[in-house]
Amino acid sequence: MSRRRVVVTGLGATTPIGGDVTTSWSALLAGTSGVRSLTEEWAQTIPVHFAARVAVEPSEQMERVELRRLDRSEQFALIASREAWKDAGAPEIDKERLGVVIASGIGGVTTLLDQYDILREKGARLVSPHTVPMLMPNGPAANVGLELQARAGVHTPVSACASGAEAIGYALDMIRNDRADIVVSGGVEAAIHAMPMSGFAAMKALSTRNDEPARASRPYDLNRDGFVLGEGGGVLVLEEYEHAIARGAKIYCEIAGQGLTSDGYHIAAPDPDGAGVQRALKFALRDAGITTKDIVHLNAHATSTPAGDVAEANALRAALGSDADHVAVSATKSMTGHLLGGAGAIESVFIVKTLQDRLAPPTINIEDLDPAVTVDVVRDKPRALPAGDIAALNDSFGFGGHNVVLVFKSI
Amino acid sequence: MALAPADVLAGLKEIVEEVAGIPAASIELDKNFTEDLEVDSLSMVEVVVAAEERFGVKIPDEAVTDLVTVGDAVNFIVNAAK
Repeated sequence: MSRRRVVVTGLGATTPIGGDVTTSWSALLAGTSGVRSLTEEWAQTIPVHFAARVAVEPSEQMERVELRRLDRSEQFALIASREAWKDAGAPEIDKERLGVVIASGIGGVTTLLDQYDILREKGARLVSPHTVPMLMPNGPAANVGLELQARAGVHTPVSACASGAEAIGYALDMIRNDRADIVVSGGVEAAIHAMPMSGFAAMKALSTRNDEPARASRPYDLNRDGFVLGEGGGVLVLEEYEHAIARGAKIYCEIAGQGLTSDGYHIAAPDPDGAGVQRALKFALRDAGITTKDIVHLNAHATSTPAGDVAEANALRAALGSDADHVAVSATKSMTGHLLGGAGAIESVFIVKTLQDRLAPPTINIEDLDPAVTVDVVRDKPRALPAGDIAALNDSFGFGGHNVVLVFKSI
Repeated sequence: MALAPADVLAGLKEIVEEVAGIPAASIELDKNFTEDLEVDSLSMVEVVVAAEERFGVKIPDEAVTDLVTVGDAVNFIVNAAK
């Protein structure tokens, strides 16, 4: 029996550059930064005073009662899922064949911290009864599963900044393994709060370019000094190919493969040899049945940290060889900031749009390209991609040494 | 301090509207919290804690299961405040 093929039939997103996919994609092609100074008082008390908040507040997209029972990460998951489900045509499906895989890097961390403040200031009696369902990392997936009444399985892989990509890969497996015909998949993050930001700042992971927030996220630039924390989420509706054809669904592209490895090197630093990344890429291509010659685009992990960007670029060059010369590399975190567990998900949404429009989005804020970067970076303006059958990759890496590569193919 | 039942009802209406999003106008004494107003067990905890704060009474956990309708809650609070 031939393997079940999986296609993308719906997209949803809420990002720092737009409240939906269409707006986010237009802003991305236009090279718009979503990074701004934070207006909250606490922001002035920590080393980093800026971040990339969502462009449209959930309060403009949801009912008040719904908002108060949901952590912000869960709000993002429902907003993006509703858009994606509608985009997929709200398919009629046996709920036992419908799954949900939505990841988060750190779950309902603002709920946890806010309720801890209430516990200390007012006592246990006033801690909200919604606290646990709001802080659990599987809360975003669970709420989407509940809304759609998904009964094939609701899952939440957690692998820091690789979580979103891992969720999409898990969804691919669910359909291939015949556990489901449709899986709503993606990742979200809502961690803009003094505590996690202080933790990242203490690791020296965040940019401190406080006087120029919109110029702070600058992957591949010689003077990059760390990532910019973003929030939001992305969701893709994955569907078994024959199922999509049978119901006459709009098909964006195929998700053709995935590669997963782990470094076994360091809890936070990338392996400078990038061996784990290279193996993940090789496995992904083999899984997808394509070669390096078929790849025309890569939406890079490239978070704007001094060590990470070069380690990734070296690994890509080593894995792709001379075929790297025809791979247009985009680092969209230059505009959205880094959504941690949501990153691989919104970047996968962007790849699907890239294949649809045959336009690779730009990377902004590169003033002096780091000469150590040996891949072909799309700078400042979108770049047209060739006609015909093409493939594009997303790579995502997480603290802990997690490496995920996803392969998308035109159809 | 004695509380007037009408004042307690008005206060409960505000609390239930805030917690569960049910318009105050549709909240009446004979309404069942669970079946009519869709106040689930978690939201009921919120209603109880908010009512305690607002009316200065204690509503013990073992009493909460007997508060089936809005009228039950009004009576309990009025009696507890006497």
